[in-house]
Amino acid sequence: MSVKIGVLALQGAVSEHVRALELSGANVVTVKDVRDLDGVDGLVLPGGESTMMRRLMDRYGLFEAIKLFADQKPVFGTCAGLILMAKQIEGRQGPHLGLLDIDVKRNAFGKQVDSFEADLEIKGISESYNGVFIRAPYIKSAEENVDVLATFEGHIVACREGRFLACAFHPELTDDPAMHSYFVHMVEESI
Amino acid sequence: MVAQRGTERVKRGMAEMQKGGVIMDVVNAEQAKIAEEAGATAVMALERVPSDIRKAGGVARMADPTIVEQVQNAVSIPVMAKARIGHIVEARVLEAMKVDYIDESEVLTPADDVFHIDKKAFTVPFVCGCRDLGEAARRIGEGAAMLRTKGEPGTGNIVEAVRHMRLVNSQVRKVVAMAPDELMVFAKELGAPYEILLQIREAGRLPVVNFAAGGVATPADAALMMELGADGVFVGSGIFKSENPAKFARSIVEATTYYQDYERIVELSKGLGTPMKGIDMSTLEPAERMQDRGI
Repeated sequence: MSVKIGVLALQGAVSEHVRALELSGANVVTVKDVRDLDGVDGLVLPGGESTMMRRLMDRYGLFEAIKLFADQKPVFGTCAGLILMAKQIEGRQGPHLGLLDIDVKRNAFGKQVDSFEADLEIKGISESYNGVFIRAPYIKSAEENVDVLATFEGHIVACREGRFLACAFHPELTDDPAMHSYFVHMVEESI
Repeated sequence: MVAQRGTERVKRGMAEMQKGGVIMDVVNAEQAKIAEEAGATAVMALERVPSDIRKAGGVARMADPTIVEQVQNAVSIPVMAKARIGHIVEARVLEAMKVDYIDESEVLTPADDVFHIDKKAFTVPFVCGCRDLGEAARRIGEGAAMLRTKGEPGTGNIVEAVRHMRLVNSQVRKVVAMAPDELMVFAKELGAPYEILLQIREAGRLPVVNFAAGGVATPADAALMMELGADGVFVGSGIFKSENPAKFARSIVEATTYYQDYERIVELSKGLGTPMKGIDMSTLEPAERMQDRGI
């Protein structure tokens, strides 16, 4: 039986994640409300605008529900999702979900004109992966318990800490299934 | 490991990140902060909102760079700005200011009544308005990385945005269902680049996101456009011409996310005060119709 993975669907690149996860063999649902988390084995926090997502999470109880979910189950954040997962965010008082022992900088590579694509090596996942960085954050520093999976120009752009996976780029915008397959596998192993 | 900037994927991807969101017109830093706080996914920095452009008359141009800069300094969400249709230099100026997206917009007075900007030549991405698939495909052919309905800006009347969204989507369905040998004639009828129609036929959808714009005045209007297949919503005059902009902005954001949750839209629609007054289309003179510019 395939695992059931939720994609937070308040805003952002939701349909791309749904497609990529389905291609990796998961049963996928979109999550807009607390009840949508029922029976979900793993959760993806997509790219989009983290401030907007946080506002709507607070409004209808999703924030606490996702924190509880993450106490036991795997979570994968891309770009805005990574920001939601970080324990420290530069220039902001306190974290959002605070799941990953990392310190992130928002819009760290600059504005949209500085957005870019680059070839990445992702440890244990892919030797050549097209990273799409859009007004992307990077990870300034990570604690020792965090496994650094990829760097670009000296900055950490992908990491894993136990059941939590995060990257600064957008795997959902490419046709390469490597990152999504890796997460689906993480979820399968967690059950 | 060489970084490639301004690629099609990066330009279109930026718009993908806006999906399901609301992009709000703002004229100063204070409004930009209200918009960000309410959950806007981006702001459009302007000198005047469309309904005031209508009232003021005369030539409407790119905003004073000071306004754009103040908005950029006030928020961390993306900042868009408008250039006149065909005004290459206004667009280059906005690119030099590092705005995140340029709207080559019929809301401003066109600088060129024949040609649009060659948007592929820019690193910054562009959004353009469209009323049908012909306009949509021509703009994509010129390099637009995002589309929006034209609607009729500054009217608070949703009817034109509805018309444009329905028409584009029905024409996309037609293209997808068409036999290959019918496509060239349809391209001729629409005045659309054949290759773009071919891409749409293969993908089963437009290659870029298509937002609703031009006349969204209530949370129910925003939800209606999502129901009709919009990827997200631009709200121009609707928010800061209403009685309680902060509340109005929050309600529009939530109605866009939860557009099929009608009990929730009931709550969101309560006590919002008077929305902008609005204009009936039949009272507009041909010269006042912004949607007929730049086709």
